[in-house]
Amino acid sequence: MSGIDAIFLARAQFAFTIGFHIVLPAFSIGLASYLMVLEGLWLRTGRHVYQDLFQYWVKAFALVFAMGVVSGLVMSYEFGTNWSAFADKAGPVIGPLMGYEVLTAFFLEAGFLGIMLFGLQRVGPALHFTATCVVAFGTLVSAFWILSVNSWMQTPQGFEMTADGHFMPTDWAAIIFNPSFFVRLPHMVLAAYLCVAFFVGAVGAWHLLRDHSNEAARTMFSMAMWMATIVAPLQIVVGDFHGLNSLHYQPTKVAALEGDWETEAGTPLVLFGWPNMQTERNDYEIALPHLGSLVLMHEWNGEVKGLKAVPPADRPYVPVVFWAFRIMVGLGLLMAAVGLASLILRRGGRLYRAEWLHRIVVAMAPAGFVALLAGWVVTEVGRQPFTVYGLLRTADSVSPVGLPGVATSLAAFAVVYLIVYGAGFSYLFALTRRPPVPGERGPSPSQPTRTAGITPGPALPGGAAATLGGQP
Amino acid sequence: MMTLPWLDLPLVWAGLIAFAVLAYVVMDGFDLGTGILFAVEHEAHDRDTMVNTIAPVWDGNETWLVLGGGGLFAVFPLAYAVIMPALYPAIIGMLLALVFRGVAFEFRFRAQSRGGRATWDFAFAGGSTVAALCQGLTLGGILQGVHVEGRAYAGGWWDWLTPFTVLCGVAVVVGYALLGATWLVWRTEGALQRRCYKHAGRLGALTLTAIGAVSIWTPMLNAGFAHRWFGWPGLALTSPVPVLVALLAAGFFYGLARRHHLTPFLCALGWFVLGFAGLGISLFPHIVPPSITIWDAAAPPASQAFLLVGAVVLVPIILAYTGYAYWVFRGKVQPDAGYH
Repeated sequence: MSGIDAIFLARAQFAFTIGFHIVLPAFSIGLASYLMVLEGLWLRTGRHVYQDLFQYWVKAFALVFAMGVVSGLVMSYEFGTNWSAFADKAGPVIGPLMGYEVLTAFFLEAGFLGIMLFGLQRVGPALHFTATCVVAFGTLVSAFWILSVNSWMQTPQGFEMTADGHFMPTDWAAIIFNPSFFVRLPHMVLAAYLCVAFFVGAVGAWHLLRDHSNEAARTMFSMAMWMATIVAPLQIVVGDFHGLNSLHYQPTKVAALEGDWETEAGTPLVLFGWPNMQTERNDYEIALPHLGSLVLMHEWNGEVKGLKAVPPADRPYVPVVFWAFRIMVGLGLLMAAVGLASLILRRGGRLYRAEWLHRIVVAMAPAGFVALLAGWVVTEVGRQPFTVYGLLRTADSVSPVGLPGVATSLAAFAVVYLIVYGAGFSYLFALTRRPPVPGERGPSPSQPTRTAGITPGPALPGGAAATLGGQP
Repeated sequence: MMTLPWLDLPLVWAGLIAFAVLAYVVMDGFDLGTGILFAVEHEAHDRDTMVNTIAPVWDGNETWLVLGGGGLFAVFPLAYAVIMPALYPAIIGMLLALVFRGVAFEFRFRAQSRGGRATWDFAFAGGSTVAALCQGLTLGGILQGVHVEGRAYAGGWWDWLTPFTVLCGVAVVVGYALLGATWLVWRTEGALQRRCYKHAGRLGALTLTAIGAVSIWTPMLNAGFAHRWFGWPGLALTSPVPVLVALLAAGFFYGLARRHHLTPFLCALGWFVLGFAGLGISLFPHIVPPSITIWDAAAPPASQAFLLVGAVVLVPIILAYTGYAYWVFRGKVQPDAGYH
């Protein structure tokens, strides 16, 4: 890697701010869908445990959503502050997609979030459930657009280049539904669901370890383990399709994540090693012959393009991609194993008494998030040294802002984010350390004046709405 | 791709972006102003009431800022790529301030200790104030002109920091505080409302002074502005502005004296709309004075037309459900209801 310069720091700043940010929308996507399911189940079955769980998790949702909004606001301006050349050249293509994200998703989420959090008593259960569904839908619409943007940067098409290097859109359908979008979107949405499944599962397991009989803890643990059982294997299949897609469109990235330097038939599968950028080989390599071709091409003797097929200046920093990929895959396999174990334990009703599983699931609370971040490192660092793959170099994308400016703002972001998100996550842990209880109250147990905003609303028939609102 | 030769897309989009920014100022102004007023309202229950008036709607309000930034990126990428680096410290300062303020909504209710509560109250007040200040600095920085060479900002670190931009920064803080005070007059009652009447009176006088100072200074910044203000046909547009400001001032102080609930807020909003119109008259047809016009900065027609289709359909829908959300949470927020 080059020394410390403005480009490196601008990249560090983007990586830092998006690394913090991405965890939060993933949390929101998964949690919004979970809340929608909980409220739907409650309205359908009338079982209070679903209502209690809704109230328990909606408080966490409010917290996570607020953090996601403000860190996302930073992202929408950072393209201009640190990557203005990229904004100028690629803006005509990706700008409108992000504009659509704001118009179709952000406003929708923001407009109905207030009703979802505070409005039950004012609008009644049917409209309230509609608001919850709209917020959940909004999070998915947002994922649709932003992953379209990201996928276009990986597999660009549907444009013409001007002589001075500007991207001019010619076919919007081709831009939006670019070749890697179809695998990236489901991979990301499933990743978000796994993040939340394992976080919710860990909270459930934590409370089960203290009290086997807590019904809400049992329900959330069971629901989370169903997600692990179904979604984790599904994610492995989708991930495989993603790999095949990347192999076709971005062979250099795949060579980096596999640690393959040579182009050869019957490529070995490198299990471990340290890719050495100078000597162009892996130090301390442990590899299984032919399996690389089998995994990547589903052929025993398939030929896989190696890193040496492109000049060194066009290669990403291989060790980061290589190891991030192993972290992601390792955690994915572990999550699938937990899902399988839980399925076996369900037979004979041992799920709520298997303390060894509960301990493992508690330890895996961050597993989904770590895997998600590792996956993003693979795909983003793997795209280097380009911002728009093969067409626009990172070095030509950066703003004319000097080293001191970028260094100062990076330091400011680091300090602010550590304070703000440190506090935010500590509040999240405080919320989830408390067990869910029957008659769980809404987002305002210690905030009486917030409920004051609710109580003057028209009184609703039916006890359900009144209790869901958290006020007797 | 579709082409619409009869439609001046950059002009339409300049209008839409201006509308988004105005919508932001109108909605997030009172919301930031409520935070600024924490500086003079120290009592815990009053602060809770103040936050509760905006808690259900602040997120939607702030989304207009994302639309302003995102829209600029989408349809005037050159302006976005020049303004952001030129005003780098002010923009970064605004973003960090909004981070503090946004999380403080939730955190101040979650903090268990008195110290934690005080910390996030401070973050809420400070974040609101600094965000308003930085927005004023940004506005002033654009008005006074940006040095551009080729397609990039070519000035120094602190070009944006001048007495004029500081005046604009302070003016926005004062103006937002006024919007906050009049909003609280509308949405609260009792002792808090009575104090907000007082705040509103003082802040109204200060805001009028600030509007006057910025208005006198702006045409002196560059000959083009002076020409547009005092030349023909600009004069036909500019001359009614001071008259309207004065009429609104009369309505404002009459409303305060008669203890109207909504009149002061509407009059204060009227000042902002007029100030915004003055800004538009000054800048047009430039988006980054003195060199970049809306046509220079425009994205290709294919980009502008594509997003315009969505905006034409979606903005009215957004306005409708935003209005619905405000309507759901209508009425006075009681200062003491719900206490046990």
